[in-house]
Amino acid sequence: MLRLLHGTKIDFIRHWRTAVIVTVAFVALGFGSAAMNGWYKYAIEFTGGTLLQLRFQQAPDIARVRSTLERAGIPGAEIAQFGSATEYTVRAQEEAQVAAQADGASGVARKISAALEAEFGSGAFTIERTEAVGPRVGAELRRGAVIAVLFSFLVTLAYLAWRFEWRFGVAAVIATAHDIIATLAFMKLLDLEISLTAIAALLTVIGYSLNDTIIIFDRVRENLRRNRREPLYDTLNRSVNETLPRSILTHATTIAATMALLVLGGEVIRPFAWIMTFGIFTGTFSSIYVASPILLWVESRWPRQGDARVAAQSARA
Amino acid sequence: VCRVLFEVSQAPFPQAFVGMQTLKSRVLVIVALVAMSGWALFPRTEVVRVKRDGVFVLDTVKRVPLKRGLDLQGGMHLTLEVDQSKQAVADVSDALDRALKVVRTRIDEFGVAEPVVQKVGTDRIIVELPGISDQQRAEEVVQKAAFLRFQITDESQALEKAIPRIDGIIKAKGITVAAAPASTDTASAAACGLTALMQRADSAAAPAGDSAAPTASEGPFRRAILPGQMPGQYLVASRDYATIEALLQRPEVQEALPPGKDVRWGVDSILNGTDAYRALYVLDSRAIIDGTYLVNATPAQDPLEGAKVDFQFNNEGGRRFRSETGRHIGDNMAIVLDDKVMSAPTIQSAIGARGQITMGGRDLQAAQDLALVLRAGALPVPLKVADGRQISATLGEDSIDAGIRAAVVAVVAVVLIMVVYYRFSGLLAVGALALYVLFTLATLAGFDAVLTLPGLAGFVLSIGIAVDANVLIFERIREELDHGKAVRTAVEEGFKHAMSAIIDSNVSTILTAAVLYQYGSGPVKGFAVTLVAGIVASMVSSIFVTKTFFLVWLQRARGQQTLSI
Repeated sequence: MLRLLHGTKIDFIRHWRTAVIVTVAFVALGFGSAAMNGWYKYAIEFTGGTLLQLRFQQAPDIARVRSTLERAGIPGAEIAQFGSATEYTVRAQEEAQVAAQADGASGVARKISAALEAEFGSGAFTIERTEAVGPRVGAELRRGAVIAVLFSFLVTLAYLAWRFEWRFGVAAVIATAHDIIATLAFMKLLDLEISLTAIAALLTVIGYSLNDTIIIFDRVRENLRRNRREPLYDTLNRSVNETLPRSILTHATTIAATMALLVLGGEVIRPFAWIMTFGIFTGTFSSIYVASPILLWVESRWPRQGDARVAAQSARA
Repeated sequence: VCRVLFEVSQAPFPQAFVGMQTLKSRVLVIVALVAMSGWALFPRTEVVRVKRDGVFVLDTVKRVPLKRGLDLQGGMHLTLEVDQSKQAVADVSDALDRALKVVRTRIDEFGVAEPVVQKVGTDRIIVELPGISDQQRAEEVVQKAAFLRFQITDESQALEKAIPRIDGIIKAKGITVAAAPASTDTASAAACGLTALMQRADSAAAPAGDSAAPTASEGPFRRAILPGQMPGQYLVASRDYATIEALLQRPEVQEALPPGKDVRWGVDSILNGTDAYRALYVLDSRAIIDGTYLVNATPAQDPLEGAKVDFQFNNEGGRRFRSETGRHIGDNMAIVLDDKVMSAPTIQSAIGARGQITMGGRDLQAAQDLALVLRAGALPVPLKVADGRQISATLGEDSIDAGIRAAVVAVVAVVLIMVVYYRFSGLLAVGALALYVLFTLATLAGFDAVLTLPGLAGFVLSIGIAVDANVLIFERIREELDHGKAVRTAVEEGFKHAMSAIIDSNVSTILTAAVLYQYGSGPVKGFAVTLVAGIVASMVSSIFVTKTFFLVWLQRARGQQTLSI
């Protein structure tokens, strides 16, 4: 029987201070970079604007593309290589252009492709993808995304309060909030933009992290029932240790899947894969180092009284 | 299929000893599930409506009934809103319902294999056109108001009379237009090209000069607007077009335009030698007939006139058209489409129910599109594109290829990890994983869910997560074995104790996915659906299927003392 990290007795909770320092440092790094290099980039679907993905026959001169667009009355368009040397994205996200799209979203895209065709000749490139979003749609999506994240918090809190106990719910939600903040910091460090797919990845990270937290809490719940006299500190540690082999193995399989996506999934899906890969790390980290210490803290602040599970004792201990 | 999957996933696990009878029924359930999934995914023949050589035909194709989203198969997505920039619309939702019917008819005739045209919320229509790459043409077909009117051109020289007054207003109010200075030389250029017409203009303008101040005759209208070839038609040099159009939009100028008349631009440029002109028409506001009487319109190619659209009115329209045209023989009748004059032929004799619109040098495809929108009827409200996306088919294919490659690698990696770590039990889990993939795809097909690129990514990810339940169970079984329990008891207990963690963690993920589905759009919705399908399928496969595998094994290896786990 091949076993990894079996029967460990690591005192995880003791290191919560180190964990706090690591987290705070990482988040500070991310948001510090945000403060230095500007705030997050939002994707077209949130700001409104136009994106064209072009595949050129030969690698084009970027300066020429840029000056062509400027002459065509699209200043400040962002031109970036997308995967291979012949593929580029052109995005026009400036307010003036977004406003111009209020009466018809695809006008700017047409202007860009006409200008480039006049400069490089027709057939020099093909348009692989265009996205043109009017300003109103973008504003609505932004609101929708925020509501989605907040609402998923509420739903989770309610479910955990029902299945476990409100203390577990609070600890799980705080751990999840930690994951969101850490993932946002990570996104800034990699300069990933906030897009719908990124939000989907973020919500999946929330799901995964909760999953992890719940599996540890499930063990805590069971150990509390089984071993009423043990201090909560020890119960938590024991539960984390007991679930450690499972955590390691599920990590291995999940990381294998996200790595496959990261390396082979293509350019469009890469941001999603990055966020997921990081999310899996932070999700596990927070289940062990955030959720458990917070549960301990909540328990000491608001000890349960007269509960059959008699965790109050352990909290005082 | 879906209902059965749910029922099975919720079925409680037999707590007591599982007898031969239960085992048999378990195996039967799995066989039935596999059969149903296989049936749900079996390539089937479907009838699709396709356009071939301009004609619609019903064609049969054989394919796996898994719907791919636009981002995977290429195509176009449009979100349409009511355009209220010119006129406020009181009941947007009702107007959109009426517009929806028109848009749907147009799209149906546009020749897209499986279009989606639906209302979202109260203020939007979404249109999805798989396989369409000509965004501009599609947008035109969808957005064209197709409001057709037939109006007699003005014969009272109403504009001539109004020009001095309009120029006076422009001068008095000090309205300047940026492009104005250029118009002087244009006017002189036009004068050379159209000398004959200018002479006629002079004679026409003379009696009109009653109230005109001498200075006003040099205003922009006098300079730029030249008489045309028929009553009510004027020519404006292309270079002056923007100036005059801007002036015509001014409320002060609009007020001064002759009452009871419409001023409309012609749709095409007219070439005279090297100079290009735009025609400006003055029409009687009363339409002799409009497009509501139209029953048919067909594109045609005429050797002399080029592409054209033949149309036909219904009986009532035909009667009306005949009597009106009979009264206006010798006059010019402007065919006005969406406030642009398509052409203004002279009425030679009374016209009955049939007529034609010449496309003025545009190609047959333009005639086809016009015929199509005329047949479908006019849009009750103007629509604008709020959001337009287009993805080429090659990019979609690349995405699928990349997704499949990633999925294969993920599966191989997961299989390796499970087999190396859990040996025989790992093999059982791998068997369950195979069924998981089958079940997930079948659920997607059964729900008619659309597989998008994020959905595909979610699916790859779920392969890694799917074995989690098995890992939980196996670790439990190991613990039970550590406690010295017999193999059969350890298996039973392992499944039993792992259950609460599996249910709780999966339900919370399903809740998150449900929120995503509710608030997400398009591709993200597809992702949420794939996620939920994956979770449900993984619960069925890891709990029910794996346990059955174990039970079968225990049955065969009766008295087995060790378990390879």
